[in-house]
Amino acid sequence: MTETVLDVSDLEAGYEPGVPIVRGASITVNKGEIVVVLGPNGAGKSSLIKAIAGLVPISRGKVLLDGKDITGAPAHTMVRLGLAFVPQTENVFPRMSVEDNLKVACGILERRQAPARIEEMYAAFPDLLRQRRTPAGNLSGGQRQMLAVARALIVHPKVLVLDEPSAGLSPKFVSMVFEMLSAIRKSGVTILLVEQNAKAALAIGDRAYVLVEGKERHEGIASTLWDDPVIAELYLGQRPLRKDSARHTETGGAA
Amino acid sequence: MSLQFVVDGLLTGSMIGLGAIGVTLTYSILRFSNFAHGDFMAWGTYATLAVVGAIAAMFGKVAPIAPLSFGWPLIVALVVGAAFTALLALLLDKVLFSRLRKQEQAIIAVMGSFGASMALRSLLEFIFTSRPTYFSRAIQIAMPVGFGIRITPDQIALLILTAALVLGVHVLTTRTQTGRSMQAMSQNPALARIAGIDVASVVRVTWVIGAALACVAGVMIGVLVQIRPLMGFDMLLPMFAAAILGGIGSIPGAVLGGLIIGLAEAGAVQLIGAEWRAAVSFVTLMAVLVVRPIGLFGVRER
Repeated sequence: MTETVLDVSDLEAGYEPGVPIVRGASITVNKGEIVVVLGPNGAGKSSLIKAIAGLVPISRGKVLLDGKDITGAPAHTMVRLGLAFVPQTENVFPRMSVEDNLKVACGILERRQAPARIEEMYAAFPDLLRQRRTPAGNLSGGQRQMLAVARALIVHPKVLVLDEPSAGLSPKFVSMVFEMLSAIRKSGVTILLVEQNAKAALAIGDRAYVLVEGKERHEGIASTLWDDPVIAELYLGQRPLRKDSARHTETGGAA
Repeated sequence: MSLQFVVDGLLTGSMIGLGAIGVTLTYSILRFSNFAHGDFMAWGTYATLAVVGAIAAMFGKVAPIAPLSFGWPLIVALVVGAAFTALLALLLDKVLFSRLRKQEQAIIAVMGSFGASMALRSLLEFIFTSRPTYFSRAIQIAMPVGFGIRITPDQIALLILTAALVLGVHVLTTRTQTGRSMQAMSQNPALARIAGIDVASVVRVTWVIGAALACVAGVMIGVLVQIRPLMGFDMLLPMFAAAILGGIGSIPGAVLGGLIIGLAEAGAVQLIGAEWRAAVSFVTLMAVLVVRPIGLFGVRER
């Protein structure tokens, strides 16, 4: 029995009117799954999840969370609706202590619940407990990511949405972040993430989508997707062509 | 040598500091320099004066609380005046600042606030004329407290009020959920929204705190000096100096900055000559900024 938590259908979104970056993308996330969105640079992966999280204006399509229409809801209402988002960068409040970073996210919890919930986060992330008085800006990249994830989890979201959680981290921290996400999923949290680091993300994911030019082009079981020839073609650029044309696609996309 | 300048400086510094809290909060959370902040001060003072007049009309003459120069009407009026100033700030934000803040360039909101400042000031002159007025014309006898210092009961009361308000605002901003939301907004507005913070309500709280404190500072000036439509505008430069000196965004910094500017001015008046008042306070400001460009409690932007 699969229960759909997040159902995104035919989503069109972009920062400027008439210039959609996400062009009719449809994805679903089932309860307890880790779903990975892959794709070349400039495919609109980040824009897709930012649109889902209420950060990029949506011009068409629907986002359903547990059957409830949350399309285009203001970003600050998303945690209350059950969707917690972890941005790629600047995802902690740098001059607030680790503890205050967690406390400030407890706004939607009942006042009495907050201290217990913070303790639960410390139990799950002992590193944060050790650094509870440290300004978040002084944490290492991996710990910062940990804090950002803890901040998002603290409100018991129905789905945790992450934008490239391994970006900019050293290899040691990359594996730490993916182990952390895998552990979080085991505790029953549903996860949707966008990743550049395809191999590591597929290793912990259940299903994956490949997004190309703002639309999902391929969907599959994460563990087999890496070997799927379609992936090589869609994700790594047109492999049959010359090598420098692949690079061309990448720079063109980034711009 | 008389140490009278210490008391004078602390009093001036309290007024500047209370005003500078609003300046620094508006700058760090709403991200623009509000040049109308001084006029909130003046409007709050005149509102308080009007309420004092209304109470006098209703209850007749009320004896002051000995040994102070004022009675309960001024205390009640101050609360009403602070609420009025907060409403004025919220109204101005709704009709003017909220639109201008949406613009890409912060200078548009700054210029808008300059316009609002002039309009508010002229309106006050229009309603109340530019002739100075007073809460009380009674003369208080200053008590000698040693080291050549004399202080009036009013001055003591207002210093205590300042200390209590500063402590209260500090606790509010560092220990409560509202305060943490304000900090979050000033450090990363985008993430604050993602973390579920209602930006609009944080903006409202910011205006209310800033405007209410401006009103208190204005009433202090009214009690200790005099009430004039230009009283707030004249405080604008010292308030910005205090906010910058203390480190923009820092409430303890704004208060300390205010006290430093106040003491420097009072010291200059007593030790060098009154004409050097502004010069000394700005040389102090520059000296601190040369050593520490981000201000005393300032933080480097990422």
